Amino acid sequence: MDTLARAFSAPAFRELGYWLFRYRRTWRGSIVISVGNPLLFLTALGLGLGKLVDHGNSAYLQGHSYLTFILPGILIAGVMQTAFLEASGPVMQGALPRGSYRAAASTPLEPAGILYGHLMYWTLRAAQNAVLFTCVSMLFGTVDPARAPLLVLVAILVAVAFASPAAAWAVTVTRPSQINAMFRFVVLPLYMFSGTFFPIEQLPDWLRRLAWLTPLWHGVDLGRTVALGTATTSGVLVHLAYLAVMVAAGLYVARRTYRRRLYV
Amino acid sequence: MSDVSAVLIEARGLKKVYGRPGDKTGFTAVDGIDFQVRRGEAFGVLGANGAGKSSTMRMIACVSPVTEGSLRILGWDTGRDGARIRARLGVVPQDDTIDSELTVRENLLIYGRYFGLSWKVLRERSARLLEFARLTEKAGDAVATLSGGMRRRLTIARALINEPEIVLLDEPTTGLDPQARHLLWERLFQLKQDGVTLLLTTHYMDEAEQLCDRLVVMDAGKIVAEGTPAELIARHTLREVLELRFAPGERQVMIEKCRGLAERIEELPDRLLLSTDNGEETLSAVHRQGVQPLTALVRRSSLEDVFLTLTGRSLLD
Repeated sequence: MDTLARAFSAPAFRELGYWLFRYRRTWRGSIVISVGNPLLFLTALGLGLGKLVDHGNSAYLQGHSYLTFILPGILIAGVMQTAFLEASGPVMQGALPRGSYRAAASTPLEPAGILYGHLMYWTLRAAQNAVLFTCVSMLFGTVDPARAPLLVLVAILVAVAFASPAAAWAVTVTRPSQINAMFRFVVLPLYMFSGTFFPIEQLPDWLRRLAWLTPLWHGVDLGRTVALGTATTSGVLVHLAYLAVMVAAGLYVARRTYRRRLYV
Repeated sequence: MSDVSAVLIEARGLKKVYGRPGDKTGFTAVDGIDFQVRRGEAFGVLGANGAGKSSTMRMIACVSPVTEGSLRILGWDTGRDGARIRARLGVVPQDDTIDSELTVRENLLIYGRYFGLSWKVLRERSARLLEFARLTEKAGDAVATLSGGMRRRLTIARALINEPEIVLLDEPTTGLDPQARHLLWERLFQLKQDGVTLLLTTHYMDEAEQLCDRLVVMDAGKIVAEGTPAELIARHTLREVLELRFAPGERQVMIEKCRGLAERIEELPDRLLLSTDNGEETLSAVHRQGVQPLTALVRRSSLEDVFLTLTGRSLLD
């Protein structure tokens, strides 16, 4: 409760204010991307690849069109990617000697306030992306409006679950190349093999077990089962627990790494 | 609070060691220093690069934990009351943290928000501070268009947004051209007149002489002298210095001939300094020895000479 209470204390909102202020310069572009991204997928997969896949009539899709199946996965994987990118580069930059975190740290803000403020910003950005993506998808009839709010909530949870550990790590990083490497060797493979584009049930046994362990699969499966109405209580609980542990562990470590880096 | 001689900053046995706690290989940047800064005073920390000035400043700014000893600011402990202390400090770091994504005015506004100030108060204060920093014309411009001097003035204006009781300036004019330095000094002098307590580090002795009521000289993490600029000069140097330059070929021979002509002789890479009570007399003595310098200059002793006497090194090495 202590963590939660501090998250809503005033200083964190001042840090959130900083990031929102900066966002005023780029919000138009980011909206175009948030709307354009699902439109591209809907077109390419709905009119292109989807036709081919649906022709095969795969039992793994449980009667859904490929487009309906894949959209929640695309949303969740995209949210993860954005969360990683926003919680790595800007965090590293912020903690550099001339970074914005340093400016904030010379005011009454504590490292934890800086962390929570930035986290709120990522949460808001994820919410914005998820709402726009889901709205566009609803217009195409690929997401059930009744289940859309749940899908948005799952997307926000996934964003926080990835942003927290990413920030905990990125605040210790000093070279952009390290972030590129993490993106290439961790984030992209997750994107590919966590059931984003295909049901992991069709993977070989050993690869499927590996996919179960990956954090993104829990997010994708939660989002997809919620969106398609195939969620089971036990499945939801396991996914939620996994993601909650990521949030808690990420914040626990981030509070320490932020303090250690900003108070030398 | 009305007591004008109140001690605002008090360091006792202050020590900073970088590295893991208990690790014997840690680097000791500040090695047990004591000093006090009183309200309304301009206090200088003079030292060469690596003397421990910036580490001291960062501890005072409450962004660097004290390894040993005690550091109290405005009566509060830096370890426990960091946020409360920072709320009443203005910080001008050596690496400025001006936000290049924002305009000049926005930098003031957003920084002020960190102190929890309302937009109304901030609009009024930022207009006044832009005027103070002579940046009103630049208010809406991108930070990238500012010169080095303007950028530094913006950093100072930003540090004043919370109307701090103490302003910390870490090498405020390093890297600026002479004209920009003089304008900055003039602004800092204005602050001093307004009763703001200034604590500044510098490795320029002219800066220390211009701005500081009192100063400490730091070397290798320790304080080696303390006093007003005039006191330090009187205590650690003779009245005048004779500076001689020689042609490279005959330098060593000439230096040998000068031995014994002054109480103290310092050899610098480019010149020879003879400390003396009467520079003209010493110069005559030099000529009588048959020494032919390329140039000879008699000047009053300065803080530079104090530093040289105390540490055996030049400030700008």
